[in-house]
Amino acid sequence: MDPRIDIDRTTCQAHGLCAELLPEHITPDEWGYPLVAGTPVPARAVKRARRAASDCPVLALKLTAR
Amino acid sequence: MTATVSDLHMSPRLLAPGGAPADLTTHEQRYGPLPYGDPAALLRAVAESGLTGRGGAAFPAHRKLAAVAEAGRRTGRAPVVVANGAESEPASRKDRTLLALSPHLVLDGLQVAARAVGAAAAYLAVEEGASYLESALAHRRDPVAVQVVRLPKRFLAGQSSALARFVGGGAALPAHQNPPVRERGVGKAPTLVQNVETLAHLALVARYGAHWFRTAGTPAQPGSALCTVHVPGYELRVVEAPFGMPLGRIVPVDGMSAVLLGGYHGAWIPAAEAAQLPLDATTTGAGVLAALPADRCGLAETARVLRYLALQSAGQCGPCLNGLPRIAAAFQTLAAPGPQGTDRADIARWAGLVEGRGACHHPDGTVRLVRSALTTFTPELDAHARGLCTATDRTPLLPVPQEH
Amino acid sequence: MTSETLWYANRATGAVCLVLFTVVVLLGIAVRLRGKIPGLPRFGTVSLHRTLSLSATAFLALHIAFAVIDSYVGISVLDVLVPFASDYQPIWLGLGTVALDLMLAVLVTSLLRARIGHRTWRAVHWLAYVSWPVALVHGIGIGTDSGTDWMTWLTVSCVAAVVAAFGIRVAHSARAARRTPAALLRTAEGARP
Repeated sequence: MDPRIDIDRTTCQAHGLCAELLPEHITPDEWGYPLVAGTPVPARAVKRARRAASDCPVLALKLTAR
Repeated sequence: MTATVSDLHMSPRLLAPGGAPADLTTHEQRYGPLPYGDPAALLRAVAESGLTGRGGAAFPAHRKLAAVAEAGRRTGRAPVVVANGAESEPASRKDRTLLALSPHLVLDGLQVAARAVGAAAAYLAVEEGASYLESALAHRRDPVAVQVVRLPKRFLAGQSSALARFVGGGAALPAHQNPPVRERGVGKAPTLVQNVETLAHLALVARYGAHWFRTAGTPAQPGSALCTVHVPGYELRVVEAPFGMPLGRIVPVDGMSAVLLGGYHGAWIPAAEAAQLPLDATTTGAGVLAALPADRCGLAETARVLRYLALQSAGQCGPCLNGLPRIAAAFQTLAAPGPQGTDRADIARWAGLVEGRGACHHPDGTVRLVRSALTTFTPELDAHARGLCTATDRTPLLPVPQEH
Repeated sequence: MTSETLWYANRATGAVCLVLFTVVVLLGIAVRLRGKIPGLPRFGTVSLHRTLSLSATAFLALHIAFAVIDSYVGISVLDVLVPFASDYQPIWLGLGTVALDLMLAVLVTSLLRARIGHRTWRAVHWLAYVSWPVALVHGIGIGTDSGTDWMTWLTVSCVAAVVAAFGIRVAHSARAARRTPAALLRTAEGARP
């Protein structure tokens, strides 16, 4: 039941906050866009992941239940 | 009018014999009346038939129908059905040929799909022209009214979420599918987007049943598919062939070095290998089979197509917007004899960066084409690096629409 | 508190609001431009913008409270939310009310951002660019410090900063809109030897 990171790539503008908050799950590519690991977010990172979702300047990142 | 061929050891199912458009009377004489069965029985028949989508993804039709029907029940919103006749793939002609010759078969299928999912509204999306569709509709007495929608001429206009958006009054650009279109599409209703050829097959399954459908093709890949066959020097042909038939029987490979299988999101296969491959739903893509003569340069052809694919990016998603133009530009260099620098490594890296990182599969399909070209045309790549090109004929082969 | 003390407190908090809201606008533009403030991570820019906007709102609340409590000027609670209806300097005060109303819309939608979705939130957030100049004109027109050197200097600096930042922001948007697939293809092809 671990949540996963879902990014709306049509909205994402490469602000990079998510990569800062979740460095072990998200890496910026050579153009600044997020490379997401795709694995579920472990419990210890969920709080930061929620922050990434609420702080994304364009609300492109969401946490999904499955 | 594109030529059709009906000599492939299978009686044609979809295209009217004689190459003349079938009006409603001819259609009903040929196929008989359309039975509007009970939706559950219909879904069972489709499941047993093994019908898969003919728009490129080859997704099992019954699963899509069942998912939309279920979403309709769950959300309480009556589903919408959209017949996808956009045929934005420049090398494909099968959908417009099917619509021109057998419009009533497609329209039957649209009604069958609407009945199966409990739809209250139906749309038929086409690229332009085809004014005969409105008159064909006027002759019918369909339970669900059909509105013809004309799409802008863009490669991604026929993508399911772009199509649903446009039909719903928005731009013909792909959307992030969360939830997917089958749950929330046109007017927030669960939407079934189905290729027109799939709907034509569906109309036949509704009439003649799953067992009949399976009399063509193989047990694992039942049924038939329309293919658009490009052979230089010959007229463009739309052919109906059973799955399992070796491609060499559909497209002649003598004197050819490679075959493009699927379309511009498909793959280049060496000619000898292609001849032995069976027509397979998982690789047939948009049904394009284009033969590349040995005296032409496959890399130059691919470069032209890649340029088009880069320009056709919706430009919404960072990786696609940044990666496809760079891949296309680097491939231009590989397409001519001369030093290649780091181009091969750059293309490999960018391909890895764009794959799966867009809202739609445009980058993925482009990467498939690129990788297949780099594999199939490795000898030519090496020759170009040494400053040589084995091709003697520089005539462009694949149709690439002009830039505005 | 005497009326005179209240009046000084009102003017002081007004000046603080000018500075704080100016910094909030500049930080908001910094976020939009994907700018990085030295020493702060990117999520820090967003955090700072948000935190300072709440601080500015607190000072604004004080500024308004001091004006309402001060019986000398007769500004009622109604005048705080309904513009141009007051007895005391209706135009200049009214502008302050308009700025407050717009800012409240921005504030409320920002608090409910995840619920209302990005597009709606963004449309309302643009009102910040209206609220700031309206508040500035309110301050210039109504303020009894308007003529003093330090207030003039402060106002000019704030205006210069916001105008410059806004100009950069608009130029950035225009440049981004020109980054079409066709433009990027031309650049990539042009960069080839």
